[in-house]
Amino acid sequence: MTSAVSFTRVSRYFGAVRAVDAVDLDIAPGEFFAMLGPSGSGKTTCLRLIAGFEQPSSGSISIFGERAEGVPPYRRNVNTVFQDYALFPHLNVLDNVAYGLMVKGVGRAERYRAAEEALALVRLPGYGTRRPGELSGGQRQRVALARALVNRPRVLLLDEPLGALDLKLREEMQEELKALQKALAITFVFVTHDQGEALSMADRVAVFNEGRIMQVGTPQEIYQRPATRFVADFVGSSNILPPDFVYRWSGQKRWGSLRPEAIRVNRSVNQEGVRARLVSTNYLGAMIRLALDADGLRLHATVPAGVVLPAEGELVTLTFNRENLHLMEEGA
Amino acid sequence: MRSDRSQTAPLALKIAAGCGLAFLHLPILLIFVYAFTTEEKTFQWPLPGLTLQWFGITWNRPDVWQALSLSVRVAAISTVIALVLGTLCAAAVSRSRFFGRETISLLVILPIALPGIITGIALRSAFSLAEIPFSFWTIVLGHATFCVVVVYNNAVARFRRTSASLIEASYDLGADGFQTFRYCVLPNIATALLAGGMLAFALSFDEVIVTTFTAGQQQTVPIWMLEELIRPRQRPVTNVVAMVVVLVTFLPILLAYYLTRDGDQIAGTGK
Amino acid sequence: MNRLAPVAAQGHAPVMAPSSGGLRGALSDLFWRRPRFLLVLMLAPPLLWLGIVYIGSLFALLLQSFFSIDEFSGLINRQFTLKTYGDLLQAANVDIIVRTVVMAALVTLASAIIAFPIAYYAARYARGRWKALFYLAVMLPLWSSYLVKVYAWKLILAKEGILTWLLGKLHLGWLLDAWLALPYVGGSSLSVSATGTFIAFVYVWLPFMILPIQAALERVPANLVEASSDLGASPGQTFRNILLPLALPGVVAGSIFTFSLTLGDYIIPQIIGTSRLFIGMAVYAQQGTAGNIPLAAAFTVVPIVIMGFYLWGAKRLGAFDAL
Repeated sequence: MTSAVSFTRVSRYFGAVRAVDAVDLDIAPGEFFAMLGPSGSGKTTCLRLIAGFEQPSSGSISIFGERAEGVPPYRRNVNTVFQDYALFPHLNVLDNVAYGLMVKGVGRAERYRAAEEALALVRLPGYGTRRPGELSGGQRQRVALARALVNRPRVLLLDEPLGALDLKLREEMQEELKALQKALAITFVFVTHDQGEALSMADRVAVFNEGRIMQVGTPQEIYQRPATRFVADFVGSSNILPPDFVYRWSGQKRWGSLRPEAIRVNRSVNQEGVRARLVSTNYLGAMIRLALDADGLRLHATVPAGVVLPAEGELVTLTFNRENLHLMEEGA
Repeated sequence: MRSDRSQTAPLALKIAAGCGLAFLHLPILLIFVYAFTTEEKTFQWPLPGLTLQWFGITWNRPDVWQALSLSVRVAAISTVIALVLGTLCAAAVSRSRFFGRETISLLVILPIALPGIITGIALRSAFSLAEIPFSFWTIVLGHATFCVVVVYNNAVARFRRTSASLIEASYDLGADGFQTFRYCVLPNIATALLAGGMLAFALSFDEVIVTTFTAGQQQTVPIWMLEELIRPRQRPVTNVVAMVVVLVTFLPILLAYYLTRDGDQIAGTGK
Repeated sequence: MNRLAPVAAQGHAPVMAPSSGGLRGALSDLFWRRPRFLLVLMLAPPLLWLGIVYIGSLFALLLQSFFSIDEFSGLINRQFTLKTYGDLLQAANVDIIVRTVVMAALVTLASAIIAFPIAYYAARYARGRWKALFYLAVMLPLWSSYLVKVYAWKLILAKEGILTWLLGKLHLGWLLDAWLALPYVGGSSLSVSATGTFIAFVYVWLPFMILPIQAALERVPANLVEASSDLGASPGQTFRNILLPLALPGVVAGSIFTFSLTLGDYIIPQIIGTSRLFIGMAVYAQQGTAGNIPLAAAFTVVPIVIMGFYLWGAKRLGAFDAL
């Protein structure tokens, strides 16, 4: 099957800076794909390469099997929801949504009908006569979404789509975007620096760092079996274990990771396990997060709220199931 | 200064600021009063009497009409040239970072930053070196040169406020370069250009120093006034023309202010 | 929902549209592919105009200052010489330069003193509609006709004019007479005295001083002033130690205008003032009646050099941020 988007050794240099460095990537049709990484990791440049705002310095990009290099953005059936929404301030909402159809020469009546439908789809029916300046952040985002979707793009690109929204609205939009993507069966590619957002919405996640992809996989794979220390560190709050430590438990001299919830904290010190001193406790609502010091190695564990806690400074024993210790590809 | 508290100013400051503003405005108001005087030879105050007859006399003076017509034509054409050159320059400077950006800004501002007499005499000596006779077009050439800066200042300020992603959004939605200019860029900068054009018109309409060097025998309104100031013929006619000139220049300034009031200030210091 | 039904159900339109064809499509694609080409295309007309017409003229002028004039035939001798600059340093010409620079400095100082309260009030106390009104109250005089403004002062300062009348009513006529009797600043009436020239200059350039000072003061947080008085400084001390240093870049920026404009002006002293020449008038006279273009050109170099130093100093004070 043809990939929706396919990168073959794609690089993009800005002067001496390698924003994207020999990236290989395949996104399946109909997939909800997330590009996750810190700022400056190259994820946004990848998005702009798909949209056509940037051209690769080397390598090739194809979209549904068609070569994309040298094709300007206005000739690509790919649309973008911009981080700042980029709604045209001089047009009302309806004209904003109808813009893409207008420049393609679709007649006034037909393009307004399509724009109204798109507004209904993002649950903003009847907002057509408003100006972008009169809308809330969440509404602007929906308009931006409608403006892109009305063109029926083969790939929809979303640049930090929820970054400017507050927490409650963000959770609501996550569910809505996911439902919309299922209903329309369009390939969604979205860029985010928020690991929670990537894990909860995407079918697959690519983790970026310094212009390269560190790991591609389902949210479960990324979360439970991080390939490198960077992924383990960036995606969630795993404990990263040095090769010497891992060697004692698995016999292999490799970096390992251990989820905080996999660690059990025992108050008796006579048991077999890792000796550690409790440094501090952080109340997180449903869970309590413990910071521990195991002979110079800083570890975190989470325990359900309500269990009796050791006092700060107390010596405890940490245990975990061997299968929860994940060995990373990265050697010593 | 930012302070959310509503405070009242000290009395001394109020008086000083009030006197300053009065100093700025009273002389202009006085011009309006003098347009109605019956006195012909001197600037006598208090006015010996009031009359409307000078308006009629001025209306029937062909030299005033000729000067006005020349000024309007020069200002209109200089404004069009300045609009094209200033917008192109502003668009180039704001859309990309390239080597020599600062130099270009300096180049645009220079004709207005240097004293007008230098611009004037430089152009005049260049005309004489190149053996170009004085004409309508030599005046336009000088005016357009220093009008570019006001259009440029207004356009640059607007481009700076216009997010770059708007243009990308237009491309993204399928508009090619020309459509993007027509449907996205132009509507967003239109009011700034209009304001810049108004100011350029006012600047050209009022200019006298450079014009004295590039006009030859022709008279624009300011040149006409200058002649009257140095060698007065009919003082009351000068009074009426002065009043009309003030009113005519106020209109484009108010309009330019209205067009750009939310956000970019009209680039007045560029005059 | 029918238009937005799942893409899979609609068959596959090509992802990449072909070029829209024709000259427009080809040009659009070319501009997109070669943004530098578009940039050059956009910059060419303004650069050709300003670079060739304007800078070319300035160079031609500068070049002529190194020519000389034949004193007998009155023809210009196109041979490189510094003789004209020698002429520039004759006592009479140095007098003109000194007189102009002193006038420019005094005008700048007076403008700053009058402008400060207006700018301070507008920046600190004016709000909403008042602020807009203040702004317009400075902009309208700035943009209204230069000649009309000069003419207004000709009316005011005339012997039979409103100022003499007003002082007479206040029984202060003797003060005016005493002032006019003084050397340098006096004359037969205010409209033919150096004092008159000075007043007209201050009036015409004042708005150019107000706007940059206001811009500089807008950036001073009000709580700095409060902090200063909170720490026990008197209003005078607060002004000297807090406001003045912070407003200084604005004052310097404004002074660039008042200084430069005064240096180059030849119309105000011609209409209101004595027969003593200023640089601008000397340039005008040399190129016009005297026909000595080289000396006129050399004279214009003086304000350029002075302003060059002035701008260099202003840049070091950070005045350009307040423009």
